[in-house]
Amino acid sequence: MIEVENLTKKYGDLLAVRDLSFKVEKGKIWGLLGPNAAGKTTTMRILTGYLPATKGKATVSGYDVFEQTNEVKKITGYLPEVVPLYQEMTVNEYLKFVADIKQIPPDKKKEAIERSIETSGLELVRHRLIRNISRGFRQRVGIAQALIHDPQILILDEPTIGLDPAQIIEIRQLIRSLKGEHTIMLSTHILAEVTQVCDGVVIISDGQLKASGSLQELTSSLAERDGVVIRLRKAERELIPLLKGLPGVDNVSQQDDGIKIEWGTDKDIRDVITRYVVDNDLGLIEMKSLALNIEDLYLKVISGGTEQ
Amino acid sequence: MNNIWAVCKREIKTYFTSPIAYVAITVFLIVTGFFFYTLIQWFNMQSMQMARNPQYFQQLNINQMVFAPLFHNISIILLFLVPILTMRLFAEEKKSKTEELLFTSPISISQIILGKYLASLFVLLVMLLLNGLLSLFVFAFGNPEFMPLLIGYLGLFLMGASFMALGIFFSSLTENQIVAAALGFGFFLLFFVLNWASQFAGGIWRSVLNYLSFFQHFDDLTRGILDTTDIVYYLSFMFFGLFLTYSVIQSRRWR
Repeated sequence: MIEVENLTKKYGDLLAVRDLSFKVEKGKIWGLLGPNAAGKTTTMRILTGYLPATKGKATVSGYDVFEQTNEVKKITGYLPEVVPLYQEMTVNEYLKFVADIKQIPPDKKKEAIERSIETSGLELVRHRLIRNISRGFRQRVGIAQALIHDPQILILDEPTIGLDPAQIIEIRQLIRSLKGEHTIMLSTHILAEVTQVCDGVVIISDGQLKASGSLQELTSSLAERDGVVIRLRKAERELIPLLKGLPGVDNVSQQDDGIKIEWGTDKDIRDVITRYVVDNDLGLIEMKSLALNIEDLYLKVISGGTEQ
Repeated sequence: MNNIWAVCKREIKTYFTSPIAYVAITVFLIVTGFFFYTLIQWFNMQSMQMARNPQYFQQLNINQMVFAPLFHNISIILLFLVPILTMRLFAEEKKSKTEELLFTSPISISQIILGKYLASLFVLLVMLLLNGLLSLFVFAFGNPEFMPLLIGYLGLFLMGASFMALGIFFSSLTENQIVAAALGFGFFLLFFVLNWASQFAGGIWRSVLNYLSFFQHFDDLTRGILDTTDIVYYLSFMFFGLFLTYSVIQSRRWR
């Protein structure tokens, strides 16, 4: 579990993070979203004990990041934005070194290295110099490095950056498979990643919290209206006034992908619409919910500054 | 202790998988070997000339005539080479962002510094040991005194170790290795010749400048004189360098 309370970080006069508070539940994957220079990396650096905060409190699995830094470092795995690799070492040597400084007991070292090589799929390159392996493998070495001491908490700063689509999918699967045993916080620019991987998000901008919570909570609370988009085989334009007449419908409009029907969030009139369409034999091709997706949510939150 | 060893092991590996250590050691051995050769040749010439005069011949001393000047020459070479050996230690970590791994691992800053420092001392030790093989020749063909020789090498080690400690400090100041090396080189040179100014300074400044100068303390040791003041001087220099490094790293994180 990660808890952050009123965290503030100043670099000289520059306020990188201000008064940030959020909570990540145990065993869940939480995404940290925000535009560039929003304070994502700074927040993660504070959580890993790399940087001290100017003000505020942060606890990781009950350990205070500022008071019990060493305990926090023992149970946290961290993949920084720039993967910290020693170019002149082989993958195996590098992981051995990381196992040493993460204080894995000598009798468990071998096992830990084997496990992290297996989970991150590094068997092929384990005896090659890091300088000579591809970007995708380097990123995986970074993940192996973060996992080696089987940490309760994983902090991943843009784990899929610079990878090709197939590698991105693999890394996402890897991250998802770590859920449950590990509490994971990852930062990303890719919004689709959040819906695919994360259980919840923290959205920050200018170092301030814009929204936080589980994905369902956020999308449903920020939607003002519920709605569907339907596509029909019959002429659609003439139907608009008719659909508007249905009980409970607030607004009907023509869109590129069909007719958008909206109603207040207090009720659900999907059944009414379906029955009308079927009864009048309009030829339903598609009906999809107009739930607020993550892009909308992100843009709305970043521009609007709604707090949750 | 294990942490220090882990860091140290990695640094030693890096020294010896990259060309740095080999180049430094080779250059060191070639140049010091040349010095040794010329000093021995000179000593031979002196011996032959003195051989006709038994009274002077008695006064020939290979420790004083070969090794004392040799140690002085070696110290100059160290002044050039040490900054090259230490410039990488922290500057490189900062530049390649690997320090983020070190500083988010359950290992303290002083353990990191000591690990790196010990690795640099290891290279110094290798250099001096290989150079020390030269003196075996002298034992084969002459009869130098052993203790003064050992003290001379101890002096070289202490001086090199002080340079290393300050070199690490300069490396922690910047992410540019050249800057770190240049700072080290300039600073060492200045401390070497600090006693030149003492002849113009009066009163207390004279003794302060003399005390601070590397040269003054080194000179005793090359002549086989083991004085605790000199040992304390070098040890405090090492401590000072490492302590400054610690403060720089600690304060950088708080900025």
